[in-house]
Amino acid sequence: MILGADSSVAPALIELGLVIVGLAVMARVAGRTGFSPIPLYLLAGLVFGAVAEPDFSEAFIELGAQIGVILLLFMLGLEYTGSELTASLRTGFRSGLLDGALNFTPGLIVGWLLGWGWLAAALLGGVTYISSSGVVAKVLTDLGRIGNRETPAILSILVIEDLVMAFYLPLIAVLLVGSGTVAAVGSILAALAAAGAVLFVAIRYGEVMSRAIFHRSDEVLLLTTLGIVLLVAGAAERLQVSAAVGAFFVGIAFSGQVAKRAETLVTPLRDFFAATFFVFFGLQIDVGALPGALPIAAGLAVVTAATKVFTGWWAARRRGVATRGRFRAGAALVARGEFSIVIAGLGVAAGLERDLGPLSAAYVLILALAAPLLARYSDEIVAWSLRQAARRRPAPA
Amino acid sequence: MTDVEETLLPGVGARHDFTTTEGQRLGVIVHRTGVRELLIYGQDDPDACAHTLRLEGDNLRVLVELLGGTQIVERLANLQYSVEGLAIDWLSLPANSASIGTTLGSTAMRTRTGVSIVAVLRGEATIPSPEPDLVFEAHDVAVVVGTPEGILQADAILQQE
Repeated sequence: MILGADSSVAPALIELGLVIVGLAVMARVAGRTGFSPIPLYLLAGLVFGAVAEPDFSEAFIELGAQIGVILLLFMLGLEYTGSELTASLRTGFRSGLLDGALNFTPGLIVGWLLGWGWLAAALLGGVTYISSSGVVAKVLTDLGRIGNRETPAILSILVIEDLVMAFYLPLIAVLLVGSGTVAAVGSILAALAAAGAVLFVAIRYGEVMSRAIFHRSDEVLLLTTLGIVLLVAGAAERLQVSAAVGAFFVGIAFSGQVAKRAETLVTPLRDFFAATFFVFFGLQIDVGALPGALPIAAGLAVVTAATKVFTGWWAARRRGVATRGRFRAGAALVARGEFSIVIAGLGVAAGLERDLGPLSAAYVLILALAAPLLARYSDEIVAWSLRQAARRRPAPA
Repeated sequence: MTDVEETLLPGVGARHDFTTTEGQRLGVIVHRTGVRELLIYGQDDPDACAHTLRLEGDNLRVLVELLGGTQIVERLANLQYSVEGLAIDWLSLPANSASIGTTLGSTAMRTRTGVSIVAVLRGEATIPSPEPDLVFEAHDVAVVVGTPEGILQADAILQQE
């Protein structure tokens, strides 16, 4: 007991305290430099893993990491109302399709070229496909671009990516369990059907459910919300639908006043547990494998940055945005972050492919640095390119 | 009547923008959190905002008043904090609401939900203490007072197609 003289819990507390203080320092550095703290949390995990692996508190960190993913997805679902989802799907469907084709393929091909199994390659495809909603939102807000006319194109692509995740994650979860092919096909179809059904219920009856949960007291609402999220996530995991997706659907079901208050109440918890998740992922990475993964990660980063820029460029063009706006849209989407790590984390936890972890970590770290810079200077880059093009044109006689 | 373009920003709220008669494009983002962001688009790049201004709470109220907004809104907002258990909300009637074309009295709002409609905002006009024979029009905003649960029910009634 904590109050007794028994010191068995002390090492765990001290270790955990040190980890969290380390995360706090990282968050300060991130705030000072204007970058997202996620890659720094990852870095902290890598450093801890290499130098001083947490022993006593590892169990807590692992469970905290699980809860972190669940809360991350829950808050993501909270972001969007059912009508926003359907509207984005209607207007941005083709852009979403292009996004998938252009950005999933490089990861898939590289995984295949490296001689990985097809499942590991599919995971790498997921890692390169999904842009980080968190980092993109932060970049857009920091640069004052929320009001720009290319922003709706960016946002609807992010919404479609999140919807794709709702089906991709259960698919992966089932495949990772690794039953025989015939049984697997059956489970995949069942999982996808379940996901589709729950999504339908969440969108259709979300308001009714939210009204049932509503309570004036913050404490009651907090406990109700967390209880429901964890219960549904756990049940989803049991049914092979993946806990994260269950939490996402609960987030979508919440609407109106309940959603607003739940967002305020759960955000601090999400911040803490999500940070735990990124550290945990970093802890699991073999730091020695990082230098070897760097060149491949860099190449993949360059290619997938180009494909994202093209995706955003194309999507913005469809909405009648001019050149600079198109490039701004593309540059904003380059950011990869929390979701890529969630996908890689699934593969690492299943022990699928030794190099998946280091490659994904290196990839995310590279883009976490490069993407905000690219977004910030996109106008300048366009201006420079136009000047270069004009210079090469022969002067009129 | 100026053409106001409304664009949905998923996860953020909605953006409303229009072009002034002088050719200057202006906009307002209504965040779901209640924050308003004033947008002034640039001249050389029509897609980018040259200036953005985040406004909420008192700052927003001052600007709205200076620009000539309704004063009834502020007085009601002050009322909200003085009576416990009571809530005030602004419920808007969508264009496809079944309540459009019916009278306020026929909705039987107070009997069914316990909620009182204390004012109706129509365009730029405010109709305080509306009579039961007031006919609802599309995009009316009903200012309601009641319990939070009652207000949710009232909203459901007004949203019904």
